[in-house]
Amino acid sequence: MALHRITVTINGEVELVDVPSHMTLLQMLREKLALTGTKNGCAAGECGACTVMLNGEPVNSCLVLAAECDGAEITTVEGLKKNGQLDPVQQGIMEAGGVQCGFCTPGVLISARALLDRNPTPSEADIKAALVGNLCRCTGYFRIIEGVKRAAKIQEAAKEEMTYGIG
Amino acid sequence: MDVRTMTKKYVGQRITRNEDPRLLTGQALFTDDVHLPGMLHAAFLRSDYAHARIKRIDTSKALERPGVVAVYTAADMGDFWKPGPLLVPPPTAVPGAVFHKRTQIPLAKDKVRHMGEPIAVVIAESRYIAEDALEDIEVEFEPLPAVVGLEEALSPDAALVHDDLESNLAAHVIQEKGNYEEAKAKADVILQRRIVVDRGAAAAMENRGVVVNWDDKAQELTVWDTTQAPIPLRNGLAAMLGLSEHQVRVIAPFVGGGFGPKIMMFQPEEVLLPWASMRLKRPIKWIEDRRENFLATTQERGQIHDVEIALTKDGRILGLKDVFIHDTGAYDPYGMTVPLNTQCHAVGAYDIANYYTEVKMVFTNKMIVTPVRGAGRPQGIFVIERMLDLAAKELGLSPIEIRKRNFIPPDKFPYEHNIIDQAFAPLIFDSGNYPAVLEKAAAMINYEYFVKEEQPRLRAEGKHVGIGIVSFIETTGVGPYEGARITVGASGKVNVVTGVGTQGQGHFTSFAQIVADQLGVDVRDVHVVTGDTAQFHWGTGTFASRGAVVAGNAIHAAAVKVRAKILQWGSKLLDVPEEELELADGKVRVADMPEKAISLGELAVIANPLRGTVEPGTEPGLEATDYFGPQYGATANGAHAMILEVDPETMMVEIKKYVAVEDCGTVLNPLILEGQIQGGLSMGLGNAYYEKLEYDNNGQLLNASLMDYLLVRSTDMPKQIELGHEETKSPLNPIGSKGVGEAGAIPVPSLFAQALENALADYNLEITEMPLSPNKLYEMVYKK
Repeated sequence: MALHRITVTINGEVELVDVPSHMTLLQMLREKLALTGTKNGCAAGECGACTVMLNGEPVNSCLVLAAECDGAEITTVEGLKKNGQLDPVQQGIMEAGGVQCGFCTPGVLISARALLDRNPTPSEADIKAALVGNLCRCTGYFRIIEGVKRAAKIQEAAKEEMTYGIG
Repeated sequence: MDVRTMTKKYVGQRITRNEDPRLLTGQALFTDDVHLPGMLHAAFLRSDYAHARIKRIDTSKALERPGVVAVYTAADMGDFWKPGPLLVPPPTAVPGAVFHKRTQIPLAKDKVRHMGEPIAVVIAESRYIAEDALEDIEVEFEPLPAVVGLEEALSPDAALVHDDLESNLAAHVIQEKGNYEEAKAKADVILQRRIVVDRGAAAAMENRGVVVNWDDKAQELTVWDTTQAPIPLRNGLAAMLGLSEHQVRVIAPFVGGGFGPKIMMFQPEEVLLPWASMRLKRPIKWIEDRRENFLATTQERGQIHDVEIALTKDGRILGLKDVFIHDTGAYDPYGMTVPLNTQCHAVGAYDIANYYTEVKMVFTNKMIVTPVRGAGRPQGIFVIERMLDLAAKELGLSPIEIRKRNFIPPDKFPYEHNIIDQAFAPLIFDSGNYPAVLEKAAAMINYEYFVKEEQPRLRAEGKHVGIGIVSFIETTGVGPYEGARITVGASGKVNVVTGVGTQGQGHFTSFAQIVADQLGVDVRDVHVVTGDTAQFHWGTGTFASRGAVVAGNAIHAAAVKVRAKILQWGSKLLDVPEEELELADGKVRVADMPEKAISLGELAVIANPLRGTVEPGTEPGLEATDYFGPQYGATANGAHAMILEVDPETMMVEIKKYVAVEDCGTVLNPLILEGQIQGGLSMGLGNAYYEKLEYDNNGQLLNASLMDYLLVRSTDMPKQIELGHEETKSPLNPIGSKGVGEAGAIPVPSLFAQALENALADYNLEITEMPLSPNKLYEMVYKK
């Protein structure tokens, strides 16, 4: 079986990985790198549980071949918390009660992070649209949507604090 | 940081969950995350036919494939091959009841009875190799006609799902309260309808999975399983494998949603793989894929009801008659739990003196039916709420008025129904105030204003807007029992272990809240362990909306005992009577002199000394175990209301506002409660308008993917939701709680039907089936 040697930056760490041609990014993360936070819910791009950030864009990692990712920058759920601080999307969704079984959560968090990266002040419709590819069977989405709204506020407040800090 | 407010009580507080930091950072262990050195992988060969005889199986080519370690069929299993146990007793409590036990088998032997039934298992060095090897297995089938329709199943010329039975009748139960025929003779209005509810999937985001490891040196079997019932699974595996219970450890780690099918035991995969691991002396992993989840995870809801309701002209129900067929699928391991629940919920929240209910349960060539969130309750509620709506139309009453005229009045509790429930105990509703709940929902949705002012105005603008309001009850918190052990450690932290598994219900928090209040500690210092038989090995599982009620009260009881021990030690060491002590800030202290205190950690060390003597009759440590078993199940209730708008060209529906009022007794944590209701509501909406398993006449499931079987998405949910709460504490347990896990899902189809009829009033629509879909609704409206 042909192996491809790829270099990827995952959650800020550079990794050198040998991957077979058929291996998906999801399998590489879970099986080669023990990053099991990203979940496999359908392996067919239908549920969004495996969403990761690939070069800044949210993708279903079950639909991306690992070999395609040479040189890529990837963020998974394990990479959201920085310096012991939860990311605003983690904090917001926790405060709003947006986690139940937690299986869809890693994918939801990445979709939410990607949304706030491109639009720091999303409307409710923007949030719903950004999460339309993330199926959740437990929550009915309300508290997730509420959580993303909170995350936007937390992020905004942190930015202001930083500005004042510098000023 | 202590998250209590000034009340110094955790129970009832909206606090964030103890488990969330792990779930939010990808650190929570799910079954698929278990990876063991030397682990093999399993794949199952499943039947493409719904019904066929197996003439020959040849696995020789599969065994030749490099990387394949073993291939097993029924013939290889010897005495280990046997049908699973009946999980609930047969309905012998009902005179004249008929029940034929035909439980599932680990691998099909002579015949396959549903599409997706496992025939062989391949165990290989990787899942890829195992899946490829499935293609190498040759099976010669003789296809048989498939039994698909419920009525067709009972036709004399139907094929037989189980050849040794005379027909496809799996069970027949008649229950009667009062005398329906006499009541009918006195009625002013009699309505008859056929009501049909079809099948759906639980579709938890996590598929099922098992990782097994037989440690030959330690002679111990460890099983990580996505089960809702780790302890009964452990007990069953030990018995089947000839091991002691202490040689088998079942761990239900974080489980990605249960909703019922994960309570089903003993699933073929979880029986076979431990057996295989013991033979091969290697760990084995099997994780179900999504297609398998659709084909081979249990399902629910298929019923056909012929209903008759008899009323006076002022809308009082004199009697109800419900004759229905219930589809149990190819086997009936779950007995009659689902149809008995339907029988107990078709009376709704109403005082019905005369009730005749008859169910014929049938075998079909479809996946096995076991409870899915609601478990027969949504069908019962759909029947009674629909019949009341139709009667209200006939009599010119509002939906609210007809319900108020028939509610069980608040002073009539406990209310005995004189029929038996799913636990084969008399059906008794313990408590409630049904009119207050309905009135609250009506006020919150602004019912009168909408009907009198807003709706006429919007209709004049050409908008098809409708309103609905329904009531429902939910039997919850059933026995037999649960238990818990609570230990205060030397660090002052408290460990709580209980037998139930957890699938997202927030048990790590709600249980911790109960304990923190008793022991005066920070809720973040209470560590809860669920679903590991090595930690606690008595109990049954998480089902029937019972975790918070039954396990919650067992935990409460154990915490009360630990509190007593702490007070006893505190009194002795501080030389103060117990009445003058309080437990707060992780200490036992003199209430009037808080500086006179001992921390619980210190006390735990003193209570478990290294030297010296222990007083006779005492136990070491600050630890207690206790159990709780309710006399009978607590009955929760609620009323839901919604306003929706239909686009009559596309039949797309937008829910403008949704109101849910619940009475589940004492609320442990509103954040968790509201999440349960909103999640249930999304599943109920799926049951009403999006989700339906489509089996064709050959028993082929046509929509076995999340692309074809539509779960509700973020954009499908109501624009606005308001939750209300009424509280009548259950007298059946010290906390006063009732279950709520299924409540959100139960009333939605009946509510949706009423609101749709109201929105499409010009078309004189009558909805008597669920689930609908935009296409189906279009046909109903335009192609009558």
